[in-house]
Amino acid sequence: MDMRVIDSGFEKSLIEVISRGLPLVSRPYEAIAKQLGCSEAKVIEGIQRIIQRGDVKRFGVVVRHRELGYRANGMVVWDIPDDRIEELGHCIGRYDFVTLCYQRPRHQPDWPYNLFSMIHGRDKSDVRKQVELIIEQCELQQICYEILFSGRCFKQRGAIYSQTIDAIPQPRVVANG
Amino acid sequence: MRQYSRIEKRLLNDFQHGLPLSSTPFADIASELGVYETTVLENLQRLQTEGAISRVGAVFRPNRVGVSTLAAMAVPEDRLESVASIVNDFAEVNHNYERDHRFNLWFVAVAADEESLQATLKEIEDCAGFKVMDLPMEEDYFIDLGFKIPWT
Repeated sequence: MDMRVIDSGFEKSLIEVISRGLPLVSRPYEAIAKQLGCSEAKVIEGIQRIIQRGDVKRFGVVVRHRELGYRANGMVVWDIPDDRIEELGHCIGRYDFVTLCYQRPRHQPDWPYNLFSMIHGRDKSDVRKQVELIIEQCELQQICYEILFSGRCFKQRGAIYSQTIDAIPQPRVVANG
Repeated sequence: MRQYSRIEKRLLNDFQHGLPLSSTPFADIASELGVYETTVLENLQRLQTEGAISRVGAVFRPNRVGVSTLAAMAVPEDRLESVASIVNDFAEVNHNYERDHRFNLWFVAVAADEESLQATLKEIEDCAGFKVMDLPMEEDYFIDLGFKIPWT
């Protein structure tokens, strides 16, 4: 018997529940267990397994920057020479005001940029100052970049994995942070 | 933004990672902060209602559960809202927003596998009438220490 196959439905439900957020009650894992029809221990072990596997980036309080006064969101895109991307990716990714730092493919000639970093600031000049700090400290003076500030948000949804997961009742929509 | 109390600031700052996997995680947080469990729960509930936190839960890495990509389109300004609404209609799109660039519409699409993701992007392209630039994550250089809020 392959336990992984048997458990995959349970695990999908668990992933859905914890990506939507825990109930804010004294025993949240017990509340989830009741919802899924299993024991509290099975829920805790399941979450532990998902985290240990490295699938979870963070498990805790998910803050919404915009609501906390961080109204400017700049996606800074860099055209990094291929042989330096790892070095400079790590340099940019270590700043605490950088919330994402990904390598993505170029699309020449329209799009020469291969490194994407997200910076939150109180306003645009705050973000620009942080970009200047990165340029100085990572020595990126010769690197082409652009800052794309976010404008209107047309859609934002919390439970981003529902498309990949068997339909389960969804009591409410939670905005993503 | 209103002024946050000491407890609220600590809840917002210090518990973005490693929520305890004990039966009573909020009681564990309470004893770390030196307050009652009900105080922690009430504060978290209020912050969630106000929108300062979206949830207490998990943020997953991209492409660990299903596959996702970041996509961009260059849309004439006067068409942006109508194209955005076409993109929104796709259930696979979970985040869709404007940026101040020639590529002005950016969205994240999620699917069960690469094949259905590509089919979705093609369909969006056909419905919207604009080329979709597919920008999947190739490498993650982010060292996640949580977002530290420099309170002023």
